[in-house]
Amino acid sequence: MNDTAAPTAMQHGLQSCHGCGLLSRPAPGHEGGRCPRCDENLEYRKSDSLNRTLAYLIAASICYVPANLLPVMKTTTAGGSESDTILQGVVLLWSPTGWPLSLIVLFASIMIPSAKILALLYLVFTVKRGSIKNNAQRVRLYRMVEIIGRWSMVDVFVDTFTVALIQLQPLMLVQPGPGLLFFAAVVVLTMLAVESFDPRLIWDSADAQETKKKVQYA
Amino acid sequence: MRCPRCDKELWRHKPDSYNRTFALTLAALVLYIIANAVPMLGLHAAGREAFTTVVGGAEQLWNDGDQLVAVLVLFAAVLAPALQIGFLLLIVIGCRREHPPFWVGKFLQHLQFTRTWSMIEVMLLGVLVSLTKIAEYATVILGEAFFALFGLVFLLAMIQSSFDPREVWTRIEWAEEEARLTAAKSGLEGTS
Repeated sequence: MNDTAAPTAMQHGLQSCHGCGLLSRPAPGHEGGRCPRCDENLEYRKSDSLNRTLAYLIAASICYVPANLLPVMKTTTAGGSESDTILQGVVLLWSPTGWPLSLIVLFASIMIPSAKILALLYLVFTVKRGSIKNNAQRVRLYRMVEIIGRWSMVDVFVDTFTVALIQLQPLMLVQPGPGLLFFAAVVVLTMLAVESFDPRLIWDSADAQETKKKVQYA
Repeated sequence: MRCPRCDKELWRHKPDSYNRTFALTLAALVLYIIANAVPMLGLHAAGREAFTTVVGGAEQLWNDGDQLVAVLVLFAAVLAPALQIGFLLLIVIGCRREHPPFWVGKFLQHLQFTRTWSMIEVMLLGVLVSLTKIAEYATVILGEAFFALFGLVFLLAMIQSSFDPREVWTRIEWAEEEARLTAAKSGLEGTS
């Protein structure tokens, strides 16, 4: 794929509005302004995109540890009480009939959040380094993270409705555990990280190199 | 049309966008109301029955001391879909005018946000998993709301493919224009 086939709006001094997509030229001497159509703030790229994404990712990685170590559910029966972490929940669900759902939960709750954090870290660092390789694959990776990411909320809903239904005192009672809050935080923080990353940055270093080459040959 | 760089689809003509979106959104509104008025799932064990609605799930979590997660569940499962449907209705109704007013654009801007956080399809998967877990101890029952929500997921996907935000943006009244009109109006009031 030819990475430099199309000229970018930024090269032409144009800003694309995040709100409505209108291209406009900032007033001379100004970095931005307001979109004349929808009144949104204008900027060339999402402001401070890499630092914000990185901050959310660090917060998410910190919450990831208690999210997986602390129990998300506490079951009390006449025989005593028992706490389950997310991974224990996956194991409990594993049965001749329940294994497909068990795999879905394993995938959605354990693999997606960690893969999401790693993928975004990779994107942030390659952009920071000014990498110009695998641009198309990197942007595809970003879109995948964007689409699949929401599914990691599944475990929050599983726990919510299990807790809501099993209120059969004194026979059996299920309560949420402290891990649930951290797990929900990981999901929300990684979604915010995805939103603050600007995928156009992936192409900016290739454009910068191309411009430099042109200047040299001229 | 596709992006020459990353091959993502940029634009596709969507025929009869307003009427289709309007019809689908009205249907979505009906299903949404049903989905939140009747129980979504229940169980039957040891001579007792228990049912819960979507809101009831968040409520129990709140009572058990997990308020933050309860708010998140309420937002993703109830509020965000309501905002999404409400915004769409306002946008489509506003677009009946020759020049859709400026506020239509404000709702259109925030539509993407409501779409990102409305997670009905994720919740339905969660409900299925939790029912499988509970089935070990009790007889589980799927409530009417589950089916209404299932239909709602399909309707929202259809709205997504029939609604064309670009067409709205090309017709909308510009913020600049709106500001000038307001200024002119207040100037008029000042002189009178």
